[in-house]
Amino acid sequence: MIWASWSDFFSMGGYGFYVWGSYLVSVACIAGEIALVFNRKRTLLKHLSLIHESTKQEKRNETTS
Amino acid sequence: MSLWVIQRDLLLAMRRRSDVLTTLFFFIIVVSLFPLGVGPEINMLRTMAPGVVWVAALLASMLSLGRMFSSDYLDGTLEQMLLSPQSLAMLVLGKALAHWLVTGVPLVLMSPVLGIQYDLSTDALLVLTASLLLGTPVLSLIGAIGAALTLGLRGGGVLVSLLVLPLYIPVLIFGAGAVEASAAGLGASAHLSLLGAFLLTSLVLAPWATAVSLRISME
Amino acid sequence: MAINWFKYSSPASFYFLAGKMIPLFTIAAIILFAVGLYIGFFVAPTDFQQGEAYRIIFIHVPAAWMSMFLYVMMAIWAGIGLAFNTRLSSMMATAIAPTGAMFTFLALWTGALWGKPMWGAWWVWDARLTSELILLFLYIGFMSLQAAIDDPRRADKAGAVIALVGVVNIPIIYFSVKWWNTLHQGATVSVTQSPKMATTMLTGMLIMSIACWMYAIAVILIRTRTIILERERHTAWVGELRGVAQ
Repeated sequence: MIWASWSDFFSMGGYGFYVWGSYLVSVACIAGEIALVFNRKRTLLKHLSLIHESTKQEKRNETTS
Repeated sequence: MSLWVIQRDLLLAMRRRSDVLTTLFFFIIVVSLFPLGVGPEINMLRTMAPGVVWVAALLASMLSLGRMFSSDYLDGTLEQMLLSPQSLAMLVLGKALAHWLVTGVPLVLMSPVLGIQYDLSTDALLVLTASLLLGTPVLSLIGAIGAALTLGLRGGGVLVSLLVLPLYIPVLIFGAGAVEASAAGLGASAHLSLLGAFLLTSLVLAPWATAVSLRISME
Repeated sequence: MAINWFKYSSPASFYFLAGKMIPLFTIAAIILFAVGLYIGFFVAPTDFQQGEAYRIIFIHVPAAWMSMFLYVMMAIWAGIGLAFNTRLSSMMATAIAPTGAMFTFLALWTGALWGKPMWGAWWVWDARLTSELILLFLYIGFMSLQAAIDDPRRADKAGAVIALVGVVNIPIIYFSVKWWNTLHQGATVSVTQSPKMATTMLTGMLIMSIACWMYAIAVILIRTRTIILERERHTAWVGELRGVAQ
């Protein structure tokens, strides 16, 4: 363990702002991208199931009428 | 075959003379704007001159890219060209060279006059004109690919510049660099020969790529 | 036993194959990220020259490698899609672009943050930084062209052309920017020789690169599946899908 203490770890030898700045943005970008992809997938599935619901509904009306 | 296209396009351009002049006036205005923005201090202007003239030439030629195929696309002659037995690449080469004649050559002729505005020495002016002469056809050829891809798209004008600008960068670097190298006494032959190389490769590859893009866009 | 290469090229079968592969890559990515970061922050020694700031290398270099690697992969898939007319390959190319653009942005961002303490400037017109910026423009060009075209088939092919033209131009752009840089600046900024790498630093960086690679594959596969669903919505097999036919 080369860090004496946690505060030493966060100060990162005085360059804390730069090191953590880049890592935080990296984590934000990766998390953002994952969120975007899943959001896109969820809305698509919801959309498709709505269409599916309505087509099934139409078929039922045809058969009953 | 492409001569027929060039001749026809020049005829068309002559009828709509305003298109030719708008690009030229755009070039003149942009080049004259910079001293107003940057200040009249002369030797700074002299160092900036090649870059400014080249960027203005780039923007001017890109301005008129949208019109390269759109008029033919609208009135259906483009479909005829696609169906014609002649190779599409030659026709497209004709179109690109016609575009160069209409937009590129006036810029080349105009650049010495504008160079004087920036107090460039005579041999720097010579190199500037030579580099523009070699560079502007490359701009039209590569621009033709962008124009073909964005045929008939909404917001096509902006999209063409987004697609084509990264590909223009080597031409810009060596074009402006040629004048700077000659001003610094290093001699511009290296830069000009590279520009010539770009010209030759794009003469061969660009029409083929534009033909492929046209077939895709016209499907 | 002739391997039927095209068995997985139909979107339907690839959809399920990708479904099985995604968890594997996600787990691999998580483990490798953890190990890489641990090595990067807790095992690698302090650099004698740069102090602690050099630790940004563990995310900067992998992101830069990934940005170039993903652009080449995008061009390859786009080329295959154009040549063989396989819709799935073009879908892959479309799926790769956003992740590639994200890594390019990351490389630029972390590069700037690393440049500030080391060279004293957020942005230096160094050859590699400039070509990385141009690479970002190429990605944005590809994505905006595909977004502007409604018909998916034309969008795929047009995107393929611009990707292939772009990949041919990358070396040209890189060397012209390198020539331009040395001509102007005369390398006052000694950037070329990277710090002599201690073994732990090197292993840390390599593990992080593989972690980024795994992550990229997982995200791209998920996005490809979404694109497949988008484009195959009318087909029967999408109808019975678990998510759709509750």
